Amino acid sequence: MPQSADKVLDHAELFREPEYKEMLDNKRAKFECGHPSNMVTEIADWTKSWEYREKNLAREALTVNPAKACQPLGAVFAAAGYEGTLSFVHGSQGCVAYYRSHLARHFKEPSSAVSSSMTEDAAVFGGLSNLVDGLANAYALYSPKMIAVSTTCMAEVIGDDLNSFIIKAKEKESVPEDFPVPFAHTPAFVGSHVDGYDNMQKGILSNFWKGAERTPGEGINIIPGFDGFAVGNIRELKRMLGLMGVEATILSDVSDVYDTPSDGEFRMYAGGTTIDEIKEGLNARTTISMQEYCSKKTLEFCEEVGQETASFNYPLGVKGTDEFLMKIAEVAGVEIPESLRLERGRLVDALADSQAYLHGKTYAIYGDPDFVLAMAQFVMEMGGEPKHCLATNGSKAWAKKTEELLASSPFGQGCQVWAGKDLWHLRSILATEPADMLIGNSYGKYLEKDLGIPLIRLNFPIFDRHHHHRFPIFGYQGAISVVVKILDTIFDKLDTEADISFDLTR
Amino acid sequence: MAKDLNDADQNAKLIEEVLSAYPAKAAKRRARHLNVAQPAEEGDTEIVSKCDTVKSNIKSLPGVMTIRGCAYAGSKGVVWGPVKDMVHISHGPVGCGHYSWSQRRNYYTGTTGVDSFVTMQFTSDFQEKDIVFGGDKKLEKIMDEIAELFPLSKGVTVQSECPIGLIGDDIEAVAKKKKADIGKTIVPVRCEGFRGVSQSLGHHIANDCIRDWVLEAEGGEGKNHEPGPYDVNIIGDYNIGGDAWSSRILLEEIGLNVIAQWSGDATLSEIERAPKARLNLIHCYRSMNYICRHMEEKHGVAWMEYNFFGPSQIAASLRAIAAKFDQTIQDNAEKVIAKYQPLVDAVKAKYMPRLEGKKVMLYVGGLRPRHVVTAYHDLGMEICGTGYEFAHGDDYKRTGEYIKEGTLIYDDVTGYELEKFIENIRPDLVGSGIKEKYPTQKMGIPFRQMHSWDYSGPYHGYDGFAIFARDMDLAINNPVWGLFDAPWKKSA
Repeated sequence: MPQSADKVLDHAELFREPEYKEMLDNKRAKFECGHPSNMVTEIADWTKSWEYREKNLAREALTVNPAKACQPLGAVFAAAGYEGTLSFVHGSQGCVAYYRSHLARHFKEPSSAVSSSMTEDAAVFGGLSNLVDGLANAYALYSPKMIAVSTTCMAEVIGDDLNSFIIKAKEKESVPEDFPVPFAHTPAFVGSHVDGYDNMQKGILSNFWKGAERTPGEGINIIPGFDGFAVGNIRELKRMLGLMGVEATILSDVSDVYDTPSDGEFRMYAGGTTIDEIKEGLNARTTISMQEYCSKKTLEFCEEVGQETASFNYPLGVKGTDEFLMKIAEVAGVEIPESLRLERGRLVDALADSQAYLHGKTYAIYGDPDFVLAMAQFVMEMGGEPKHCLATNGSKAWAKKTEELLASSPFGQGCQVWAGKDLWHLRSILATEPADMLIGNSYGKYLEKDLGIPLIRLNFPIFDRHHHHRFPIFGYQGAISVVVKILDTIFDKLDTEADISFDLTR
Repeated sequence: MAKDLNDADQNAKLIEEVLSAYPAKAAKRRARHLNVAQPAEEGDTEIVSKCDTVKSNIKSLPGVMTIRGCAYAGSKGVVWGPVKDMVHISHGPVGCGHYSWSQRRNYYTGTTGVDSFVTMQFTSDFQEKDIVFGGDKKLEKIMDEIAELFPLSKGVTVQSECPIGLIGDDIEAVAKKKKADIGKTIVPVRCEGFRGVSQSLGHHIANDCIRDWVLEAEGGEGKNHEPGPYDVNIIGDYNIGGDAWSSRILLEEIGLNVIAQWSGDATLSEIERAPKARLNLIHCYRSMNYICRHMEEKHGVAWMEYNFFGPSQIAASLRAIAAKFDQTIQDNAEKVIAKYQPLVDAVKAKYMPRLEGKKVMLYVGGLRPRHVVTAYHDLGMEICGTGYEFAHGDDYKRTGEYIKEGTLIYDDVTGYELEKFIENIRPDLVGSGIKEKYPTQKMGIPFRQMHSWDYSGPYHGYDGFAIFARDMDLAINNPVWGLFDAPWKKSA
């Protein structure tokens, strides 16, 4: 009997015990009608061949292990960053359970949102009464300051019109007439979560800015974009702005709601950009997006109201941070302080200290489009060579931009760009043309296990490592923690594999 | 500290208080889902129905933050997803498959991507043109691509997402056509998320598809099984953290021959083989009773429920199961119970002093809101509230025998209600899901996820009981709960 009260074995060890091994072997042999093991090995080897890769890359209809989610997830994330805002997703209720779980698993935090719980009858008659009753219930129970409505694909397919529905709900006094109910149509069959983020941001800004008088000022708005590291990154962003003496409005600041303290109180809402700040944001001179592909429509809207705009691709590393800070300095008309120059120097110092280990290392990078661009640039700065850049939700324009970036450095010469491809494609690609390290999210752990390529988790979602999102990867300081993660991976691998060269000092 | 246990009047007042926050119409509807377990009537010995008055399996109110999922979650996430040697396509947009990817911890053996596919995400990733022009052609092509790229897969299921039923796709026709082309089992499942009121209808639809597209279909390797006198099936165990394995080992030890395991670590051939068994042993009644009833009617396979959570129910279940067989099996059952008794005693000796008298609130799905109750009792713990996400009347009927009078009962609880209940009752432990975990912990109340075993497990069987006890102890007795108050605030 393997189990004992003294040393309780759970799944990690229990099933390696002989009793269980025998039982499972027996099950396989007698009841599973499995394929002979030599055939399984043969096919397993074949799936790592060039022949398989070509067939796999020729897929036209099937998607396997895509690195993207659907629009409403991004909408819920964007809305969470506004003070007292409750996400209301119009459509089937299961979707909302999924978004909440997904965000909770990454941030290890509560994630609140409600659904209009549409079922068969709503599919036939439309979801108006669900929205009318749902807004009334949500308003009464959860006392929000704003309810941000997005849609599941069910509501989109049947063509529910949020604008007229919300007007009717207000007529029926579900919520007070002047209560803000911004909305965005977020069809899951268009784009991905980054587009949902964009649509909801535009929806919220439009709600307050359309028809309002703009008094052009000197202010700066910053849109962080969909970001699993938002908690650490937004705080780092604010710290750097503080050092520069720049006051900017973060449009959707999720840093507090996804990092609430444990002190006995459950805070359904915490922090976030206030409604007054959103309103004041209209007067800003410039709106800057940290992530181009999370904010295309929102920035167009900002331009329509008369603002200047600029966008970055998730600025990371030396050059990424330089460019971002110089833009802020330019827009705000300030100097970059000495303290930030020192921080920059410390990052460069870290890179110089470790360059022998970083130089020439090869990487496969996947994830959201802005992140992949940023990571490729940073990798090249440290003398690394991206081999594969993949974004399942990357467009042709993204691919072109990434190719241009890679062409700008000798370290990017051998890299291939894979727009619209999934992680099963990446498996074939890496089985035939490997890299030293894989940079992505938790889903990459299957590739790591299958191919023996160590994974560095730097993109949403990270389910299987804790608390990384609390630490920034933005800014010079954040970049150092990225370098440390990469170096730890390199050193761990060296030590694990070392026999003679098991050096104490490296 | 927890308040006095199961004060019926206090709980009734609490329900009233919670309902007062709703708009009138919603309050009236929610009132039917909340109750306090009533005293059993005199002479009511069969199924005690202390919480039979709770309304269940009806639509959730919009906007209240129901914790429920959908039919797709019930079919793909629960019933079909764990079947390891088939490819399960999340048919429609990318999200549903993405969020449910690898989240239920249905353990299996096999070579992933080669002969097993449980922890992979297959989707048709619908784009606007698929909505406009229909997805049947794409689905056909997907079948061909699966056949080519995953040649050792035994079949394919199509797990419909919301748009499929709305745009009028004919996935059944595609399934028939491609089955003829490819020669493998193809199962079209109409589990669109808008169907029904929760995961539950998805279970039912998935069960019906097992019946129509596997058991009733022509052919199948598993159907050649030569029946034996001790053949049984494990039904409704999804092998979360290895639950079905720590159950199977006991059934084999008492001399039974487990010929199929549904659907955790299941193969298609085990599904095909099941109707040849003598007895269906059903753990999660809610999600798989339908197919057991079918196998009883059509194939004459008797079925019985059992409960492998905690030693008292394990022993009772082993005896009840053995009673369906001959003396040898019955003797074996006694031997097995005796063999594990020292482990049970040691676990209790170690953990009971740390857990005795602790109050637990549960809110889960399927069978757990009643089945785990006695496992807590085995450790000297008490249940002060319980409820189901997607139960039917027959589940609440079955719950009565497990719980004490005055226990708070909540059906399809809303985020608001659960928070208020927890806040007022202040139990020593809450067992629920990932969405409930962090709000509860923020309030300073220990929590265990009772869907995924909080990444632990197995919890079934004697081996699982030790882990269960360890986990409840580590949750409740971790020092972190004593650190919540800043010391300079305490004296203030």
